[in-house]
Amino acid sequence: MVPLSYYLVLSGILFACGVTGFLIKRNLITIFMSIELMLNGVNLSFVAFAAQWQVLKGQVFVFFVMVVAAAEAAVGLAIIIAVYRNRETLNVDRINLLKL
Amino acid sequence: MLHLIIFLVFGAICVAGAVNLLVQKHPINSALSLIAVMVSLAVEYLLLGAEFVAAVQVIIYAGAIMVLFVFVIMLLNAGEEERTAGSKVAMIIGIPGMLVGSGLLAWVLLARSGTGSVAVGALWGDPKSISRLLFHDFLLPFEVTSVLVLIAIMGAVVLAAKPEQLQSPRKEA
Repeated sequence: MVPLSYYLVLSGILFACGVTGFLIKRNLITIFMSIELMLNGVNLSFVAFAAQWQVLKGQVFVFFVMVVAAAEAAVGLAIIIAVYRNRETLNVDRINLLKL
Repeated sequence: MLHLIIFLVFGAICVAGAVNLLVQKHPINSALSLIAVMVSLAVEYLLLGAEFVAAVQVIIYAGAIMVLFVFVIMLLNAGEEERTAGSKVAMIIGIPGMLVGSGLLAWVLLARSGTGSVAVGALWGDPKSISRLLFHDFLLPFEVTSVLVLIAIMGAVVLAAKPEQLQSPRKEA
């Protein structure tokens, strides 16, 4: 028996690591991976609450989060490729203007 | 007892991978540590009885999505990230913020939440019951997400294609 709060603490730590990576990282791809880390933390709390309340719908919602994450990864990485083709850099400090 | 030990071991791998993602400077190292986080999260899902979610986590997340990430990192030949003044400011504010935030969250969850405990396989999420729920109660959201994925595929093709490749059919017409 593991207390549910342990799972929630683990999910919170993962989410906090994702937020921190989003703030401190300067590489566009690593920032994107931090977002994936945040989504994973949320998924863990979905599954933990599903087990707590004996409702399977929480696990179904994890699939929807995964689908959105996959769509986001496909479009986001395509945008990163387009940005790199125009700017020749992945540093977010140099990608600060909309026009070239 | 064994349940708690397995939870703690894989939770520690999870947190270590997440911290390693922040510490590493090369994106490929960050991607590999993110894969470690996802695989150990799959074990945590198995402990909660969500066997189908665990399998999908390994196949979709650690497999498909991270292969896409690694592929883009290699395609763009991304090197080590450079430190700038902005990253120093973000580090000074961000790391204490994370520590305070996660500490507060852990304190509230451990001391105040009053949630119960979860046994191994408390809710058995086998593919049969998951799919029954997904294709009956959630049929409309399922179809809507399929449209979303279709739009994402088309968007990825349009965005990643070279501009001249997109314009060439127009010139011929």
